[in-house]
Amino acid sequence: MAKTHVSTCINGQDAEFLCSPEQTLLEVLRDTLHLTGTKEGCATGDCGACSVLLDGTLVCACLMLAAEAEGHDVTTIEGIASGNDLHPLQQKFLDHAALQCGVCTPGFIVASKALLDEDPDPDEESIRYWLAGNLCRCTGYDKIVRAVQDAAAELRS
Amino acid sequence: MTDAAQFKYVGTRPVRPDGVDKVTGRAAFGADFTLPGMLHGLILRSPHAHARIKSVDLSAALEIDGVFAAISSADFPEVTDSGDMGGEGGGSIKDLSDNCMARGKALYHGHAVAAVAATSLAKARQALAAIKVDYEALAPVMDLDAALAGDAPLLNEEMMTQGLAEPATKPSNIASRMVMGRGDVAKGFEEADVVLEETYRTPTVHQGYIEPHACLATVNEGGQSTIWCCTQGAFEVRSYSAAVCGMSIGSIRVIPSEIGGGFGGKTTVYLEPVALMLSKTAGRPVKMTMSREEVFRATGPASAARSTIKIGAKRDGTITAMSARIHYEAGAYPGGPVPMGCMSVFSAYNVPNLAMEGFDVLVNKPKVAAYRAPGAPQAMFASECIITELAKALAIDPIELRLKNAADEGDAAPYGPTWGPIGLKACLEAAKAHPNYQTALQEGQGRGLAVGFWFNIGFQSSAEVHVNEDGTVTVIEGNPDIGGSRASMAIMAAEELGIPYENIRVQIADTENAGYTMVTGGSRTTFATGMAVVEAARDVIGQAKARVAKLWQVDADMVEWRDGQALPKPGMNVEQEPMSFAEIAAKTAPSGPLLGKASLNARGAGPGFSVNFCDVEVDRRTGKVDVLKFTAIQDAGRAIHPGYVEGQLQGGAVQGIGWALNEEYVYDADGVQQNAGFLDYRVPVASDLPMIDTVIIEVPNDAHPYGVRGVGETPIVAPLAATANAVAEATGVRIRTLPLSPPNVLAALDAA
Repeated sequence: MAKTHVSTCINGQDAEFLCSPEQTLLEVLRDTLHLTGTKEGCATGDCGACSVLLDGTLVCACLMLAAEAEGHDVTTIEGIASGNDLHPLQQKFLDHAALQCGVCTPGFIVASKALLDEDPDPDEESIRYWLAGNLCRCTGYDKIVRAVQDAAAELRS
Repeated sequence: MTDAAQFKYVGTRPVRPDGVDKVTGRAAFGADFTLPGMLHGLILRSPHAHARIKSVDLSAALEIDGVFAAISSADFPEVTDSGDMGGEGGGSIKDLSDNCMARGKALYHGHAVAAVAATSLAKARQALAAIKVDYEALAPVMDLDAALAGDAPLLNEEMMTQGLAEPATKPSNIASRMVMGRGDVAKGFEEADVVLEETYRTPTVHQGYIEPHACLATVNEGGQSTIWCCTQGAFEVRSYSAAVCGMSIGSIRVIPSEIGGGFGGKTTVYLEPVALMLSKTAGRPVKMTMSREEVFRATGPASAARSTIKIGAKRDGTITAMSARIHYEAGAYPGGPVPMGCMSVFSAYNVPNLAMEGFDVLVNKPKVAAYRAPGAPQAMFASECIITELAKALAIDPIELRLKNAADEGDAAPYGPTWGPIGLKACLEAAKAHPNYQTALQEGQGRGLAVGFWFNIGFQSSAEVHVNEDGTVTVIEGNPDIGGSRASMAIMAAEELGIPYENIRVQIADTENAGYTMVTGGSRTTFATGMAVVEAARDVIGQAKARVAKLWQVDADMVEWRDGQALPKPGMNVEQEPMSFAEIAAKTAPSGPLLGKASLNARGAGPGFSVNFCDVEVDRRTGKVDVLKFTAIQDAGRAIHPGYVEGQLQGGAVQGIGWALNEEYVYDADGVQQNAGFLDYRVPVASDLPMIDTVIIEVPNDAHPYGVRGVGETPIVAPLAATANAVAEATGVRIRTLPLSPPNVLAALDAA
């Protein structure tokens, strides 16, 4: 079957790619565009490891067809830092030891950014419910929640 | 042992050396590697839980354009080595081979039967569909009761139970039996005022690492091969793959990627030998990644278990005897965690009369793999529930009853050795004094407590410390960093050398660039490999001092090392300015580079005890259990990086809560798992949980230069019973079968 030509903007840069109709955005990000920071943990939308922002809205890249990205802005983990400056979320994840193996971390940081873009001062319960779509098997979430709280405080100041 | 207050780096919380790469998406995990000309490999899996494989016809698959290889067990050498795999999981090399590719019989739904490599995943899927397998379906055996029934279908028609008092006369599904104990339990129970006997059950659960298994393998025409993969142990991947593929160990190089969780489940091989064989056949590199469904259906769950525990005690709480009869499901091949279960079940108590009997039982489920303290959570769920039930029967506080019988330094451990310094009593006292243990509970809430234990291991590790010409340092070691171990290595090297933590990089090297190092498992990395890093750093210091002595034209023992500098030893009458590490490093040319190394077999791993307690609330209308507060207290020996030690306590607590409350494999009558995905196999999510409060106790382990015990596995042991004990308090109903999921709790409340 003929491939589809897709024009998007990824992490602030215009990006074009060809994809098969059945290919997911996750497959194209990882295999075609080599943006491997976005992870596959389940490919069924249950783990959040492939979290990306589509025009600022949090989506699972595994649940979206690549062709659907046409004309949209996509932000992946590779686009969260500004040049050499880590985003406060990235720095706070490091400071709080909020990652162990690190494979869920890109998804958590992208999902947390979507939360803080929408609600700069979320309480613990809001953070826990917002991040309920992101699975972490290592940390028990405690330090992740604290890192997000701390990053929110820094972004507000 | 140096006092903690004297440390400059040990006990601090610096950012991990690999941190920036892991928060920016740069870190390369198992599925992140590609090679030019790479093919995509897929596995055909058995649609039957138990079947004879009569034939496998690969011819139609091979005719498809773009398909470069199609293989089945006939393409692998027939492995006859019945020797043990070693490592933390159990089983023989032959079974490992048959588990990677079924030979003769498929023993679980999802068992690999054939594999293909093609230019695209789409073509590989097409090839799988073209393979014709003729099966003779057999009745599956899906749990202990079915496996032990007199007329049970046999997974292995030739298997005779090992370890029976009288040799077995006919085959059965029981692979082996083991017995341990001491004293006279019959006499001990006679002396008791109260005797309880109960049976507890835990389900099949999965480690649930977020990163599915993945590898990329390439074999060249000369037979040299390279594997990139996510594993807890590159050297084990090398030896296992060599055995399964009939290759020499020296011909295989294994490059470990970053690893997205393992918890014991990545201590064995599934894909790697298959990818090697596909690559060898195809003459091209082959990449394989598992789907989440494949991870559930075909990789290491942890054993379901049934434990019958008997306990006898005097009115004053003195335990006189305990016995345990534990059956573990091994899955499709022998190797359930029976020895560790029998050794750990009564580890916390100093009781004169003990009897432990364990059975390794085959069922038509995936071959079990190690899962964090393998065997102990199942066994200690039972023993730590019954001791709380005993406390209730005797009307003694559960902490006081445990303190009265707690194991202490100098007591004999149930499995033989004499305990050295251990932190069990300190953990119990810390629980008693903790503010969370004093708070009042509301109606419908309950508090439960339990003890956890793991042996921890040492064994073989290597490390090198390379000094760069600017005085920075590279540490080379071979343990994949699964939870921040690079940070602990860098901290220990900084402490030894007296140079800033930031000046040290830690490299996890591959099997041709690191000395042999056993798997990241057994909670051994910071203990054993840490010991090697410390020795290698001391080697560097010795060399540096010798060189300075030569420059100063004095004897080496007239130079001392302090705060990253060589100084004249006081009172030696040497008139020299101190030389910094960087100055020494810059002057290596006359004597060659400074390179320290160590290879060792670490002895004296320090056993780790924990005490967990939690408050739960049970909704009597739905049966849903909410964990309101959880407190994890554990003896770490020494916390090199307390942030990552807390992380182990918290993560283990939450995995244990998942095991207690929700996680289980659900099968249909044909032996097909019904919940092979994260939607239906429900691991805890952030909104299920409170903060996990931690207390790190430090009773140093004298065998380690800084007192490290190892902390990774103990944390998962206590939460099962702690949660179950809390639910019993909250509801007044004792449930002895996990998980305490809403339907199970509701059924128990209705029945009460």
